[in-house]
Amino acid sequence: MKGYRGFLLRRVLFGLFTIWVIITLVFVLFRVTPGDPTVFMVDSTFDPAVREEILHKFGLDKPLWQQYLIYIGNLLKGDMGRSFVSHRPVAEELGGVLPNTIILAFTSFILAYVLGVLLGAFLAAKRGQWQDSLGISLVLFFRSAPTFWIGMILLMIFSFKLGWFPSGRIRSLGYVTTGGLDKYLNLDFLHHLILPTVVAGLYLVALPVMLTRNTLLEVLKEDYIELARAKGLPGRTILLKHGVRNAILPVVTAAAVYIGLAIAGMAEIEVVFSWPGVGQAIVLAVRSHDYPVAQGAFLLLAIMVSVMSLVADLAYAYLDPRISYD
Amino acid sequence: MSTSSSIVRELLRDRLALFGLVVVALFFFVAIFAPALAPHDPMEVLKHPETGKAAILQPPSRYFPFGTTNMARDVLSQVIYGSRIALLVGFTAAFVVTFIGANVGLIAGFYGGWVDTILMRIVDIAYAIPFVPFAILLIALLRPSIVYLIMIVGLLMWRAPARVIRAQVLSLVQRPYVKAARVTGASNLRIMYVHLMPNILPIVLLYIPLSVGWAIMAEASVSFLGFGDPRMVSWGGMLQSAFATGAMRVAWWWTLAPGIAIVLIVISVYFINRAFEPIASPSIRKE
Repeated sequence: MKGYRGFLLRRVLFGLFTIWVIITLVFVLFRVTPGDPTVFMVDSTFDPAVREEILHKFGLDKPLWQQYLIYIGNLLKGDMGRSFVSHRPVAEELGGVLPNTIILAFTSFILAYVLGVLLGAFLAAKRGQWQDSLGISLVLFFRSAPTFWIGMILLMIFSFKLGWFPSGRIRSLGYVTTGGLDKYLNLDFLHHLILPTVVAGLYLVALPVMLTRNTLLEVLKEDYIELARAKGLPGRTILLKHGVRNAILPVVTAAAVYIGLAIAGMAEIEVVFSWPGVGQAIVLAVRSHDYPVAQGAFLLLAIMVSVMSLVADLAYAYLDPRISYD
Repeated sequence: MSTSSSIVRELLRDRLALFGLVVVALFFFVAIFAPALAPHDPMEVLKHPETGKAAILQPPSRYFPFGTTNMARDVLSQVIYGSRIALLVGFTAAFVVTFIGANVGLIAGFYGGWVDTILMRIVDIAYAIPFVPFAILLIALLRPSIVYLIMIVGLLMWRAPARVIRAQVLSLVQRPYVKAARVTGASNLRIMYVHLMPNILPIVLLYIPLSVGWAIMAEASVSFLGFGDPRMVSWGGMLQSAFATGAMRVAWWWTLAPGIAIVLIVISVYFINRAFEPIASPSIRKE
């Protein structure tokens, strides 16, 4: 099949294939590592009847290939077992914290992109001058600094010292929400969101800045820019109307992949700010040997990365008329 | 060789890269001579020389230039010893990453066809695996150890150089000299490693400092999350202790020192990497 629809189909199939490979990889990892494989699904504190029930449900009393089929079947049903710690279903546990991660990732991503494109265009306009070197050095500084360290520094200054922001969690103790959207659309939540968003945003800003700056520098060498200059158009008009508009495509298409990476890369920030998200869930789960939650959280993050990279590829092919689909 | 001398010239001309080289050299010096440079054993519980009491959470002073931890250990000595694990993980993992990446890229680009398709789909899949969650999951299944950490970084991060080197090889195999080599009966291996390898070397070099930065960052993150090698003092592990004990509320010195060390070395390798860029792709020279 040719054309965009064929490309779309192939790309979606490959996305599903990627997810299947990762699911299988996780299955293999949990079984080739030394020790009794049942310890990963059944905690020693469960009472024998529950233990038997879970062993049977996940087929841990059956041969490996049957276990694999049962594992896939359960995943398709959204059943990832029960947490060793809370004894609640993993899907329920992760479903509760997923919105927190997505909100944090999206707000920091938007902050990084808005700031990044503007700063990138500014640096391109000032290329080779001191503003350019300073800007690049600052951006590289925040790329080189571990997010958890910047988080600790901001906590020390703005939370412990000045008391402007809470030191963590998503809402104040005792804050009662009526549920639904009100859980997130309130000033208390926003107040808790600011510090972690700034930390993640500063880390994420490097890519949009450098991508905008470098693409813009390429674009500014084109003939039509030369023509615009020859026509005597003002520099700002050339930069924004002729430059940025043509340089924006790779920046926009990189965005989808970047959201995926942002969602998967929040673990350290979530830990520093006690932010109850998927990243914190996987860290806490691994620490307390809560394997069903750890496995579920990892799969969830990997699937989000795959889906966002799929979206990026489709958007790129759709937006760029020069690309061929074959 | 002209390429190597031009690389050296480029590095020396770029002031930021020069700064990076000096910092990396300094850290190597500190790491090698750590036992001689560190005023104390990093794990020793120290007494304050004036009061004779355990020197718990002492701010920087002439006895303890970087202060002490809640266990009365010397922060400066820990930072000095921490450079060993950072450089060890950074450079070993970078070697693994660029070695695998260069070879996969070379093989995929040279053979093309189904070999290329399979290798590049593996790269795509590797890109879908989030690093930190993957690393802590694996380390929990195995045990915290820097050998495993280096292997995990190597296992995942080769994806970036492989993709870029493959693209470069694809355009190189169309060049006349490759066709000429083929006509004279050169074997595939000879074309790949004698004719093509020197031409992709600048890109390979570009990825060494980059992967040193990734690996150091990865080690710091994994240690901060509590999965570091318990037998060694690392910068990420120091930050984890300062955070987990709540001492960061008062002991700014304990938080500041290891973080600055991480930033210094990682930003240095990025500066060096930036200086390589014009060498690897001459079209952006003189920007």
